Amino acid sequence: MEFSDLIRTGRAQAKLLRGPEAPPLRGTLCLTGHHLLLSPGPQATSELWLLLLRSVDSIEKRVASDSGTITLRCKDLRVLQLEIEGVEASLDIARSIEALSSLESVITSFPFFYRPKGLRLGDAWHFHPPERYYKRVARETNAWRLSEVNEDFSVCPSYPRAVIVPRSVDDGALARSARFRQGGRFPVLSYHHAPSGTVLVRSSQPLTGPQKRRCAEDEELLRAVLAGARPGARGFIVDTRSSQAAKQARMTGGGTEAKAAYPGWKRLHRPLERGQPLQESFVRLVEACGDLQQSTDSWLRRPEGCCWLAHVKEALSAACLAAQGMEREGACILVHGAEGTDSTLLVTSLAQLILDPLSRTMAGFQELVEREWIQAGHPFQLRCAHSAFSHARPKHEAPTFLLFLDCVWQLGRQFPLSLEFGEGLLLALFEHAYASPFGTFLCNSEKERCLCEVRTRTHSLWSGLNQPKEQRKLRNPLYAPNPLAIWPSVELQSLRLWQGLFLRWIRPPEPSEVAWEKVWQIVTDKEKTKLSQPTVSASEPQL
Amino acid sequence: MGVPNSNWQLSDANREYKICETYPRELYVPRIASKPIIVGSSKFRSKGRFPVLSYYHEHKEAAICRCSQPLSGFSARCLEDEHLLQAISKANPVNRYMYVMDTRPKLNAIANRAAGKGYENEDNYSNIRFQFVGIENIHVMRSSLQKLLEVNGTKGLSVSDFYSGLESSGWLRHIKAVMDAAIFLAKAITVESASVLVHCSDGWDRTSQVCSLGSLLLDSYYRTIKGFMVLIEKDWISFGHKFSERCGHLDGDPKEVSPVFTQFLECVWHLTEQFPQAFEFNEAFLLQIHEHIHSCQFGNFLGNCQKEREELKLKEKTYSLWPFLLDDQKKYLNPLYTSKSPKFTVLEPNTVSFNFKFWRNMYHQFDRTLHPRQSVFNIITNMNEQNKQLEKDIKDLESKIKQCKNKPTDGILTKELIHSVHPESPTLKTSLCFKEQTLLPVNHALRTIEGSNPADNRYSEYAEEFSKSEPGVVSLEYGVARMTC
Repeated sequence: MEFSDLIRTGRAQAKLLRGPEAPPLRGTLCLTGHHLLLSPGPQATSELWLLLLRSVDSIEKRVASDSGTITLRCKDLRVLQLEIEGVEASLDIARSIEALSSLESVITSFPFFYRPKGLRLGDAWHFHPPERYYKRVARETNAWRLSEVNEDFSVCPSYPRAVIVPRSVDDGALARSARFRQGGRFPVLSYHHAPSGTVLVRSSQPLTGPQKRRCAEDEELLRAVLAGARPGARGFIVDTRSSQAAKQARMTGGGTEAKAAYPGWKRLHRPLERGQPLQESFVRLVEACGDLQQSTDSWLRRPEGCCWLAHVKEALSAACLAAQGMEREGACILVHGAEGTDSTLLVTSLAQLILDPLSRTMAGFQELVEREWIQAGHPFQLRCAHSAFSHARPKHEAPTFLLFLDCVWQLGRQFPLSLEFGEGLLLALFEHAYASPFGTFLCNSEKERCLCEVRTRTHSLWSGLNQPKEQRKLRNPLYAPNPLAIWPSVELQSLRLWQGLFLRWIRPPEPSEVAWEKVWQIVTDKEKTKLSQPTVSASEPQL
Repeated sequence: MGVPNSNWQLSDANREYKICETYPRELYVPRIASKPIIVGSSKFRSKGRFPVLSYYHEHKEAAICRCSQPLSGFSARCLEDEHLLQAISKANPVNRYMYVMDTRPKLNAIANRAAGKGYENEDNYSNIRFQFVGIENIHVMRSSLQKLLEVNGTKGLSVSDFYSGLESSGWLRHIKAVMDAAIFLAKAITVESASVLVHCSDGWDRTSQVCSLGSLLLDSYYRTIKGFMVLIEKDWISFGHKFSERCGHLDGDPKEVSPVFTQFLECVWHLTEQFPQAFEFNEAFLLQIHEHIHSCQFGNFLGNCQKEREELKLKEKTYSLWPFLLDDQKKYLNPLYTSKSPKFTVLEPNTVSFNFKFWRNMYHQFDRTLHPRQSVFNIITNMNEQNKQLEKDIKDLESKIKQCKNKPTDGILTKELIHSVHPESPTLKTSLCFKEQTLLPVNHALRTIEGSNPADNRYSEYAEEFSKSEPGVVSLEYGVARMTC
């Protein structure tokens, strides 16, 4: 199928309204396979305006006698309005946008055609392979090895080719343990906490079923985890479901680890919201943010607003529990929910951010996202198919990754000096997870990415972000390395709505952003004076 | 402020506190208002608080005036009062219309009519526009804050309970109402150049809030540390806000206690949040002032009005808070303050609901665990100082190099220049190093804060969970038994 089949009217005269602050834009509207362009004409001074069609979440059309209005609601929560001359043209364009923005095929998506200047294909893909993280673990402990049992993705389709497992367990046992875990996600290392010698392990639920099946290899694997830490170490299984839900899962073949079968391990339940309810609370929060004009001043106290904050609180406190278990109790932690691809990753990645100073750097955080979300098999394509505006009934959509970013933002607010990256990076990750010219967030797992040859045929987001010109937007000017764990406060008084994201396009540009510029200026001044100072003093001895 | 001028003069009518006991001795009134008019007007106003000048906008030639409610009842009139208001509006050469803002809700004002008080009848006064703005009275505010503190003091509330508790306390709604009134006032002056007369019931609570916030929006002087002190002295202390009763300094009537001034400080805090660069002072300054209105350590806030303070001889017997704060000025400076920015001449705050936040640093001042563990403020302040110091050093060095260059006027060898600079450099370098070192410990102190004890974070519940005795071998059987049954 060609894109041109879907484009009936390629161009029209239009006026673009971009919210209350920005001035309207007039010019020629042009529709291509991946983009909507607005060219203001040769004599105009303003630049070409460009929108990736993939980022359109929902579209609404209204026609008058000789023109039409299209309202585009984007996945990054922006709302745009196009006034197009000609009824026929506007209907055609609306229909084309609708069709083009919801194309299912991965290999015809824009990342496969995007060739920006200054970047080379395949450049940043070697930044964060699992081998790299294993090198770090190997320096700290000898109890773990890199296994390639999943080389051809046959053992677990959602794991990467190489995973880190206890040294004493061989590949055969891993394969049998995988058969006992949903989706083949057997327990693998997520993070090794060197100061206490404990580890964070993640998996999916065991398939105990109503008959309470057991699996010797799986038990052996978890015993090896404890033995690898230190003799007599304890372990905690953090189940992200309620104990009720975990029991119910038995009926459908899932379940939890039986106490008797796993000596030394103790189960804790920290129920986290997932799936559809999470998506709904996201949708309702965005709705509440949208109708500020008519609402009273109590809008945040409406259930929509506080539901989302409740999820933030739960996620943070579950991560604190896991982190505290490792740092303070010296215990190993296994995290799993049902599939082990959503709330599990939320907890493990946040726990690492709390404990690990390296993951709070720019490169470390990118590695964390790559390792704990992308390679660990969070199904981005399913979860981020639609954002909050879509009218389509949500099936697999859930803003788990957004919830993670929100939690990171809360950490950054409470420890403004400890994260090397700023709000800008989090916003960029949110945007790119939902619609991106880069290939990083494409597909649902490494296996699919291999099939589509994402690594060789698209650019990596990391190479895009790490260009020098992007740095000022993404970095935290006040960063000072902090070797300690950062324990956030999860009290309600300490959590705030992430205005920079949810109200980004609604509120007028803030004086606080100007203030942020000033902070940058102070910091760069400092660096400048610091630089110039040695030159003054260094030049003197030479003379 | 540019007074006295051709339209406004200092009146000595209240020199002996004869006309109004709760006003200061010195008052500004329109030049054309004679003493009989003032006296007559004061008899028509509750507690004798007749209309006087609070702030004069020099550029727009418009004035903020304040008074108490008129004793109009259902139909009473007072010619002198009408004359005085006319005099105020005539004192404004640009706009003859003047606004009269009644800061009470309309219902309360109407109820007051039954008690022989009330509000101005637009028909009796020429050239006035009357406006209610609906700020609730001190009793509503008191119970609202009580509710707010109750919600915040309760531990382990669910998210929705917490927020519905915040909402039902109505505190932020009241803050917004005060802010809206001040914005209305500022707009009347900047947009229409109209004078505004503000009153509530007695003209010492809501009127003080609105007048002082309005001046704060209009005039950048009041956003400096000194200016803010002046503002508090003017609109609160000298115009008779009853600090002793409102703060409950003495064992008085509990119904007179109300957080009116706290509310004003919170409004200012909201402004500093919205305009981080417009204020010379920071949050710590506001918190410190708040502490001392209750501490009774300084004389400023004792007593209920100037007359009382003079009788108590507070000036001779007590210290003033302001020199104490000025001594420590560095602690209260806002590192981001940009004094000369034209953007910040008149502040136009946005009162969309999401801009009103719970002031955690005020209401949880002493609960350290709830606050961010690292302070951006301190670090920026430090950096700013470091920058200034280093820039000064550079300038010093440059000027020294210049001096050295100028010395050998023959313009011969650079070698000599070198020798002359060289002996100095070690001392300079050490001084630089020394400065760096002295600055470092501050950063260290900052960092160590967050090696915080997790017990602080109220995770102690987890600790319990962890420490529950582990089932040994025996209970393993128990586990099996339970599994099978």
